[in-house]
Amino acid sequence: MDNIISFIVALIVAAITYSTPLLFGTLGEILTEKSGNLNLGVEGIMYMGGAIGLGGVFYYEKLAGSPNGYVAIVVAILFAFIAGAIASLIFSFITITLRANQNVTGLALSIFGTGVGQFVGEYMRVREGGYVSISNELKDFFIASPFPKFLQDIPYLGKILFSHSFFFYLAIVLAIVMHFFLKKTRKGLYLRAVGESPATADAAGINVTTNKYLATIIGGGISAIGGMVYITTLAGCTWNHEGLAGFGWLAVALVIFCMWRPLSAIWGSVLFGALMILYTRLQIPFVPTEIYKILPYVVTLVVLIISSIRNNKEKQPPASLGLAYFREER
Amino acid sequence: MNQEKKIPLIRLAKRDGVQPTTGWLIRIASIIVALLLGCLIIMITGANPFEAYATMVDGALGSEVFVRQTVKIAIPLLGCALAIAPCFKMRFWNIGAEGQITAGALAATFVARLLTGSVPSIVLLIMMALAAIIGGGIWGLIPGFFKAKWNTNETLFTLMMNYIIIGVVAWLQIGPWQARQGRMAQFHSDAILPKVAGVHCGWIVVLILVVIIYFYMNHTKQGYEISVIGDSLNTARYAGMNVGYIMMRTMFLSGAICGLVGFLVASGANGTLSSNIANGVGFTSITVAWLSQLNAFVMIVISFMLAILTKGADTLQTSMNVPVSISNIIIGLLLFCMLGCEFFINFRMIFRSKHHEKEVGKNG
Repeated sequence: MDNIISFIVALIVAAITYSTPLLFGTLGEILTEKSGNLNLGVEGIMYMGGAIGLGGVFYYEKLAGSPNGYVAIVVAILFAFIAGAIASLIFSFITITLRANQNVTGLALSIFGTGVGQFVGEYMRVREGGYVSISNELKDFFIASPFPKFLQDIPYLGKILFSHSFFFYLAIVLAIVMHFFLKKTRKGLYLRAVGESPATADAAGINVTTNKYLATIIGGGISAIGGMVYITTLAGCTWNHEGLAGFGWLAVALVIFCMWRPLSAIWGSVLFGALMILYTRLQIPFVPTEIYKILPYVVTLVVLIISSIRNNKEKQPPASLGLAYFREER
Repeated sequence: MNQEKKIPLIRLAKRDGVQPTTGWLIRIASIIVALLLGCLIIMITGANPFEAYATMVDGALGSEVFVRQTVKIAIPLLGCALAIAPCFKMRFWNIGAEGQITAGALAATFVARLLTGSVPSIVLLIMMALAAIIGGGIWGLIPGFFKAKWNTNETLFTLMMNYIIIGVVAWLQIGPWQARQGRMAQFHSDAILPKVAGVHCGWIVVLILVVIIYFYMNHTKQGYEISVIGDSLNTARYAGMNVGYIMMRTMFLSGAICGLVGFLVASGANGTLSSNIANGVGFTSITVAWLSQLNAFVMIVISFMLAILTKGADTLQTSMNVPVSISNIIIGLLLFCMLGCEFFINFRMIFRSKHHEKEVGKNG
């Protein structure tokens, strides 16, 4: 019995570790998609966030000599956010101002962003003589829990609730804030109106362009933090050739899975995290490990199909998702 | 005075009937802008940008061997772009080419494993191609069916389908079909496409496809139906077209061509199946199709251009120590500029003062 409980606890803890980058990526994309912009460049954005966030910490440590952990976290978040915001600014300019197709532009951003991420990672490695990594103290700081020891020592519950990195709690706060913003504030209502029917919103005097730009840029910044969190907590603070291994695409899937609701994204991301690592913990006979890895996508597909069959008005993509808005066109 | 303030600095007006030459001039200008931006990136690494571009072109086209390798890269890009064109014409955003390639290659490999040795090479290759067409076609048909029946979002659907089939191949690769160390066995020589002019004969297949798709989209009833649906779904319905059926048919066609490309890559270029057989081609080819304005003949140019960049960047890394990912950056810049330039082709900018005078002149 004790074995089973500790197994489950370990599984949940590992799942949450994997869920954190996803949660950031997903929250950013939810905000973007709520404005009616389908930004398929999340993978590229997260690459850029990962490489540039790591670069920020690396050079901060180099310059500061004796780095402060809190400053390092702020630097990492800031660099990643700015990288993601710039990437999304390019996307916004091309799709909103220049009115290009969002799907194609998003894919172009994916190609561009993975290129930039790899390039920055590779370039730093060559310049620094073969290896970019940050000191062990900082590494530990990135994965350490912000809660005091006695809370973490509570049997079982302490591990499940209080043992995660600072980023996980930040993501939870962000999800709650975003839920509140979208559902309870006037600005959130405006944003949703823009995503559902830009023409109606425009007629009501809401500035469609500003809303779309802001949502996409901030959303991109948030997604990029996910990339940085992946590199600093899961990839051991180094840049390797695998980069982010498809986390960005998984984040796009998770947005559908949680039906564009930030609060559902929390448990959704933990579930996806669990599905991703289940194969390392639990061997089910006759089910090969590689099949486990496609489970998140299968589950998402099922959710997508069911939601379209049931045609529930509450659980649909924003109505104008992926469509450019021309005021002149009717 | 007050009224003048209300006129924005820049107004936009839709251009009607742009001269095709003007359009292409603007597009060529955007390519030049992208390459100049690429110069800046290359300069960051400390290399001379012009020398770098020269190295890239030389590495892609400098010798017969290089040209062959470049063509090899261009074949799947062109093939998938052709496959995607009918879907995009219909405004059905099929971004599942990646998966459809893999599904086709998987089906072809299945046949190759089953029949190698028991039938002559030519029969085997034809059977593999047919299997790939059916495999890819079915993988495309599934999202088409759900879109037609329940209006399920096809962009997200096709995206998920990619990772599912790639996961299945990854499982086969380290599971039942593994030969050694997580790899599958190379095909028997019977199952390898013959070479023509030093490159596997897939290049002839895709060039024939260019003509077929061009004809299909511009001169057949089915092509016409596709463009009507793309322009206005309701018009198509009022005209009595079976929209759902046409969608499924087009998606089958698109998946089938992607599947065929998967067969060409597996049998012609790689000689085996692996989970990264598509290797991003499915995504890049979408941009190829879109940048070519869905014109089959222009796709030849664009796909070849991207192939030169990809192959050239390989050489750049070995000879000038510039990270190979520079190719993705330059391709990305190229796509951004070309996507953005369509705006200047479709719209005319009118500046305030000039416009105001004109208006006054007209009224007076």
